[in-house]
Order: sequence, then structure tokens, then C-alpha cells
Amino acid sequence: MTATAFLQYCLTGISIGGIYALIAIGYTMVYGILRLINFAHGDIFMMAAYFMIFSIVNFTLPWYIAILVVLGATIALGVLIEKLAYKPLRSAPRMSIMISAIGVSYFLQNVATYLFSALPKPYPTIGFLTRTITLGGISTSVVTFITPILTLVFVFILMQLINHTKIGMAMRAVSKDFETSQLMGIKINRVISFTFVIGCLLAAVGSILYFTPRPSVYPLAGSLPGLKCFIAAVFGGIGSIPGAVLGGFIIGLSETFIKAAGYSEFSDVFTFILLIVILLIKPTGLFGEKITEKV
Amino acid sequence: MTEKKKTQLNLLFSVIALLICAGILYYVNHYTKPTYMLRTVLQLGAIYALVAVSMNLLNGFTGLFSLGQAGFMAVGAYTFAIFTIPAQSRPGVYYLYGVADWLANLQLPIWAGLVLAGLVAAILAALIGAPVLRLKSDYFAIATLGFAEIVRIIAGSSPMNRVTNGSLGLKMIPKFPNFYFPFIVVGICILIVCLLIRSSYGRSFKAIREDEIAAEAMGINLATHKQLSFIISSFFAGVGGALMGMYLGAITSTTFNITLTYNILLIVVIGGMGSVTGSILSAFLVIAGREWWLRFLDMETYIGAFQVPLLKNGFRMVVFSVILMLVVLFFRRGIMGMREFNWNFMLKRLEKKKTGGEGLE
Amino acid sequence: MSEKVLSVQDITMQFGGVVAVNNLSLEVHQGEIVSLIGPNGAGKTTAFNVITGVYAPTSGAVTFGGKTIISNYPRGKMKKLYAGENNGVYKKILEPTPDKITKLGIARTFQNIRLFKELTVLENVLIAKHMRMKANIVTDTFLLNWKEEKKMKEDALELLRILDLYALKDEKSSALPYGKQRHLEIARALATEPSLLLLDEPAAGLNPQETDELTEFIRKVRDQFHLTVFMIEHHMNLVMDISDRIYVIDFGKMIANGTPNEIQNNQRVIDAYLGVAEDE
Repeated sequence: MTATAFLQYCLTGISIGGIYALIAIGYTMVYGILRLINFAHGDIFMMAAYFMIFSIVNFTLPWYIAILVVLGATIALGVLIEKLAYKPLRSAPRMSIMISAIGVSYFLQNVATYLFSALPKPYPTIGFLTRTITLGGISTSVVTFITPILTLVFVFILMQLINHTKIGMAMRAVSKDFETSQLMGIKINRVISFTFVIGCLLAAVGSILYFTPRPSVYPLAGSLPGLKCFIAAVFGGIGSIPGAVLGGFIIGLSETFIKAAGYSEFSDVFTFILLIVILLIKPTGLFGEKITEKV
Repeated sequence: MTEKKKTQLNLLFSVIALLICAGILYYVNHYTKPTYMLRTVLQLGAIYALVAVSMNLLNGFTGLFSLGQAGFMAVGAYTFAIFTIPAQSRPGVYYLYGVADWLANLQLPIWAGLVLAGLVAAILAALIGAPVLRLKSDYFAIATLGFAEIVRIIAGSSPMNRVTNGSLGLKMIPKFPNFYFPFIVVGICILIVCLLIRSSYGRSFKAIREDEIAAEAMGINLATHKQLSFIISSFFAGVGGALMGMYLGAITSTTFNITLTYNILLIVVIGGMGSVTGSILSAFLVIAGREWWLRFLDMETYIGAFQVPLLKNGFRMVVFSVILMLVVLFFRRGIMGMREFNWNFMLKRLEKKKTGGEGLE
Repeated sequence: MSEKVLSVQDITMQFGGVVAVNNLSLEVHQGEIVSLIGPNGAGKTTAFNVITGVYAPTSGAVTFGGKTIISNYPRGKMKKLYAGENNGVYKKILEPTPDKITKLGIARTFQNIRLFKELTVLENVLIAKHMRMKANIVTDTFLLNWKEEKKMKEDALELLRILDLYALKDEKSSALPYGKQRHLEIARALATEPSLLLLDEPAAGLNPQETDELTEFIRKVRDQFHLTVFMIEHHMNLVMDISDRIYVIDFGKMIANGTPNEIQNNQRVIDAYLGVAEDE
């Protein structure tokens, strides 16, 4: 492999890794607060893509308005799901809410199939994003280039939010101890809704970045990426945002290099094997903490 | 009424009920057209009933939330298919890659294939069980999901081309020798599971579900018992997968994807986690609803010149998903909760009749 | 002096840097009722958890009926954090899981009732009989061991009869009144055919009358089943009434032991825990 090819793959790797990171953050934040694996997150990512198709193709909005519409609609969808499907089960056993998340995922996939048909729908190209640029021997599209940068910017803003604002502190408190936070006067519903807002915002951004270089969307398009991003979150330590980001990049890079080596069949298997390995060696993930149960 | 009399009456009622079911099947087989929807629904329903019961054994009775059912079904289906596709058809099936030499003429009878399907699935469960069962419930769920996907992808991958026909999948899988076959197999399997649940081991599974720490304090070795539950559940999932293969006639690795596991899970939830009767009922109801009764929702219907809104292709699954969410949110215990169907309502009637004529007891 | 049933030797339990149990040693002899008392957070339940195998101790050993059943010494990260003495005394590692300890004949109840909620009273007791069953899963499933199962059921029913729970045998255990639930916990522990019974705050949540009944219950159970009883308790009436000897623990360390009389007059115990009654 030549040096340029290597760098090319690196760029592709951190680009897709960045997208995975953005979505993995959504999984990890929701798990941190609600101890829920939001199986529907990947499908929210998929719905965001359809929102974009509708905005640009059906409503012929200019791209900058379309992006805002997509962000808004995705956030609304996420918050609505939380209110309808997760909130009523907050005091139910853990299995029930996990099953509810699976049910929502199933529901979204079926709704998408019903509304948009199972056939792939072409994803609109936002002119300048798909232009090719050349950097020191590597040529890539604008979107591939800006993705990792955008990811790091968002993560930076998010970390500032978590560590230096009141709502950030509230989120940290709730993820440490749900009940006590309520007793301390934190408005739990607001914190939870806000968590979903952030998660869905990032998923929508990730969706735009992911589908722009791809020709089309279909209802099950969010299933496998969602699962991979979830694995990224677990790998990095579920509940930890830096962990999710690291996990996303690692999976993005390894996937790219495995495909480059000619084993593209096995790129997904590798991700799953990574999952099993981390669960067996350190189930709490790279940055996770161990909790002992009181008997 | 004495315990002995109760057991005898229970047995009598169950045998009568079984005969009635057999009679219904006979009727359906002889007096309905071969393409009648009910036949498919009954057969497919039976297969899903078996798989749902196998999942319920693990999730509902032992409290181990596993999302790996489809993986074990895949293992069972592929094992069955590989060894039972007629030897003379194999060159035609494996037209692109050719059959592996050791496999070319190795053909097993159907019953052997079914048992082997279950065994291979059980062996896989034994291998991955030890490390995976140590994980906490959330992580266990994801780990089993991960394994199911790994199995599925490997089954369809190129190194396996001469054994599993890679991404082309397998076809010419032997069909059911007769109409009653799936019902007999499923019936025997579910009977075994029921016997297991009623036994002392079944009780210890429930104890593990209720409170692991207390169960351990009562002398139940968690690791061995969890493994037993996992292995047995996987055995029957493998058999179910093989039956599915027979029903479909052809399988690919995508036949057994995560959506299948979700479908089974939702059947189990609707029926009630912790109830065998619930899973059986739910399997038939869900399959009947999804494949038959609700089909009308998919068709564009016109009343006069007016097109009924919403009814078009895909609406059936949306309605189904909504029903699911309603059950999950409002009827969490499902149809049966943790109860099983029993003949108590009949026994009570008989007791009343007996003591009624003798005044106050 | 009757034989030593249980011997706890220099047990230290550390969670990271927190020392929950510090170099604890105690003995329980055949037929005795021994109590372990101390303020909340002193380490009593942790000591129980070590003895029953829920936690593997950082250092120390436990012997039962003369045989060492648990043994450990600081390893790995613990080597640096270990705050106690006795380094190098214990060389073996024996870390049995709780079910093995129960099989040896040590049964326990829990501070917060851990009954099998969805199962009936009878089923709760039958589960305790499972470990003694000789049949394996195949013979059990196919009813080949029906004689054994019949005996298990009869023994369980007999136990319920003795402990006055027979009438409730088919009730869901979560439907029982609180006092009866505590009795069922003890019945379940007895069904494991123990020789040593560990009771963790058996009187918690009971009113004075129920506590008196419990005192009689424990005595009767000890006599009828030839048991030794080791108990954690806060209800001082029960403790002083029923105990042959008392161990007092504070901040993980043993601060006193002796007969109820001796303990009641021990100044250190009074300062740390018992306090003085307002009007004497």
C-alpha cells in the first residue's frame, strides 16, 4: 500500500468514524441517563434521511433551510418517541423498556416502508458537498473531508455543555443517581428531553453526512449502522461520551482498512467480534466504570 | 377431591383436548383446498410457537434476556439443509461453487437432520455460553445479538461456499412429508419443554429469574443452570429453524436476520413472558393476523368511487406495530402473564356438582 | 465446651481502599445461638456475605466443622492497598460460590427479604430442596425420579406444617403478610438441611409482639432441627434474651465479645452502640 493510498484510507476511516461517533454519542447519552439501549436510534437516523428527501425533493426547499427542517423534525421525532414510548415505562422493569425500544424500532421501519415503499429512494445531492477536492495527493469529496472536523467541533461543544453549564451538571447528576437527582429538585423530564434533543440532533447531522455520498435510502438503512454505532458506544464504555467518540473512530478505521485489505465481507463480522471481545475482557468498555452490587 | 383424582382428570381433559385438535387438523387437511390460507397459517404458526416457547424458556422463565434466537435458528436450518438436500440435487444447488467433497453424498433422513440441527445449535450454545452468561443482563442481550449476527454473516460468507453455498443460499430443502408433520414435531418439543418447566430444574430456572442471589443462597449453581437453560433453549431454536427451512424450501443467510428475533420476541411479549400457553396462542394469533386477517389493510379499497384512506401496501405491518406498542405499553403482562392454561375451571365445576348435593361440607 | 462449628479467622474485606471488615475473628460452637451486633455500617452483613461466599475476602480464612472452606490473601492491586496485618499467613485460595457453601450446610436469610415473589410458598421451599436432588435434568424432566420428587414434596410440606405455614402453601409468596414472609425466609433456609443457620436481621420490621414470637420460633427451630444459629440483629430485647454469646463490631473491627450480661456492662460497647437508658 502506498503512502497516499494509506492516507486516503485513513481519511475515509476517520470520516466514517466521525459519523459513527456522532450516532454513538446518542446511544451512550441515553443509556447514561435512562439505562436504556435505544434500539430505535438507528431508525431515527434513517428517518432523518427521509426528511431530507422530502424537504429537498417534494418541498423543493433550498439546502440550508432543508437542513434546519431535518434537524428540527428529527429532534421532534426523538422527543415524541421518548414521551410516548419510554416515559410511561420509567418505573417498569428494565426488560420492558428495552422491549419498547425494539418495538419503536420495528414501528419506524414499518412506517417508513409504508410511507416511502421498500424500494430505495434517491438521496438528494447538496451541490457543493459532493464536489471533489484534492489535498496533497489525496482526492476526496468535500463531505468526507469536513465530516471528522465537524464531528470534533460538535463533540467539543457538547463537552463544554456537559461540564460548564447548569443543564450539563443536571445531566451528569441524573446519570449518576436518578432518584436522588429528582429529590434534589432537578426537573427530570426536562433533562431527559434535552438528552434526546442532543442525541437526535447529532443523529440528524450524522445522517446528512452519511447519506450524502450514498445514492439512496431504504427503510432498513439505519439498522446495521445503528447496530455498529451501538457497538462503538459499548466498546468505548457505555455512558461515556469520549468513549463513544473513540469507539466510533476505531470502528470506522478498522472497517475501512479491512475493506481495503480485500475482506469486505468480514468488515461487519469484525465489528461484532470486537464487541464480543470487549464484553468478555472489560464489559464496561474502555472508559467505563465498574459498579459492585450491594447484597 | 384427592390429588390423585385431580391428576387423572387433568390427564383425561388434556387427552380429549388433544384429540379435538387432531380432529381439527384432520378436517383442515382433508376438506380444505391445498392453497387455503388456514393451512399455511397453522403450519407457520406451529413453527413460530416452537421458537417462541424456546425463547420464552430462556427469557421468560430463566430471566436471561437473549436476542440471539435467529442465530441458533440459522445454525439449525443450515445444518438440516446441508445434510438433507437430496444428494442428486446438490450439484444443481451448488452450481456456482460445487459441493464440498465430504458432503457430496452424505445425506441423512429427515428425522436425523432435525435432531442434528438441534444438537449443533446446542453445541454452539454450550461453547459461547460460559463466557457470555457471566454478563449483566443488558450486556448479555447485546452479546447474544452480536453472536447471532456473526453466525449469520459467516454462514453466508465465501469461505463457506462449498458447504453452505455462500451468499446464494440453499434450496431444494425437503418439504414436510405430510400435513401433520410440523404439528407432531412441534407438539413433542413443546411437551418436553413443559415437562422441563414443571420439574425441579424448571423451578430453579424460575428462581434464577426471580432473584439470582437468593437462588444461589439456596444452593443453585448459577453458572450450570443458566447454561442448561441456554443450551436447551438453543436446541429447540435449532429444531425450529430446521422446520422453518422445510417450510420455506429455500434459505439464505438473510432469512435469519435480527428482524426475525424481534418478531419472535414480540410474539413472546404479546403472549406473556413466562407462559408457554401464552406463547403458543400468541404465535398463532400473530401469524394469523399478520399473514391472513389483516391482509385487507394492504389492499386499496374503494367504497363506490371513494378510496378508503390509509389502506395501501404496508399498512398491515404498521397496524401490527401499533398493536405491539399498545401491548408493550399498556398490557405488559401479555395475554397470559405468567399463568398457564389449566383445567381448574372444569375441576371446580365438578367439585361443586359433587358437594352441592351433600349439603354443607 | 462443645465443638467448634464455625471459625472465622482474621477476615479482612476491602473494597478498593475502603476497609469494610478489619481483621475479624470469631467462633460459633455447636448448639449455640450467637449474635453479631453493632451500629449500622459496621460491617456485619459484609461479614455474613464473606462467610456465605458472596464476597471473596481480601485476606483471612473461614473454617466450618474443622475444614477450611474459604481462604484468601491479598493479590494484584490489593497487595498495595491492603491495610491489615497477617500478610503471608494465609497461602491458599479457596473462593467457593454461595451455592457450594449452602451445600456444605450453611444456610442464610437476607436483611431485605428475598423471597421468590411470583412463586407459591410451597415452591419457594421446594427450590431449596433442589440442590440435594440426585437426578439429573433428563431424568428429572421425564419424571423418571418421581419417587424422589414425591419425597421432596412431602419433606417440604412437613416443614411448612411444623413452621405453621401449611395453610398458606399455595399462596403467592408476595401476597403473604410481612411477618409470615420472614417466617417463610427462615423455612426456606431450613429446607436446605443446614447445620448452621445465619439470620440477617430476622426481626427487622416486626412489632414487639411479633418479635417475641420470633424469639420463641428461633429457639424451637434450633432445638427441633439441632442447629447452630449465628444472627445479626438490632432488636436488643431479642438479642439479650436469646443469645448465648454476643460479638460486637464497630467500623469493621471487633470491639467486644462475651455473654449478654458482660456486653450490657461493657463501657466500650455502651459508648459505641448501646447507649444508656434515660431512666435506669
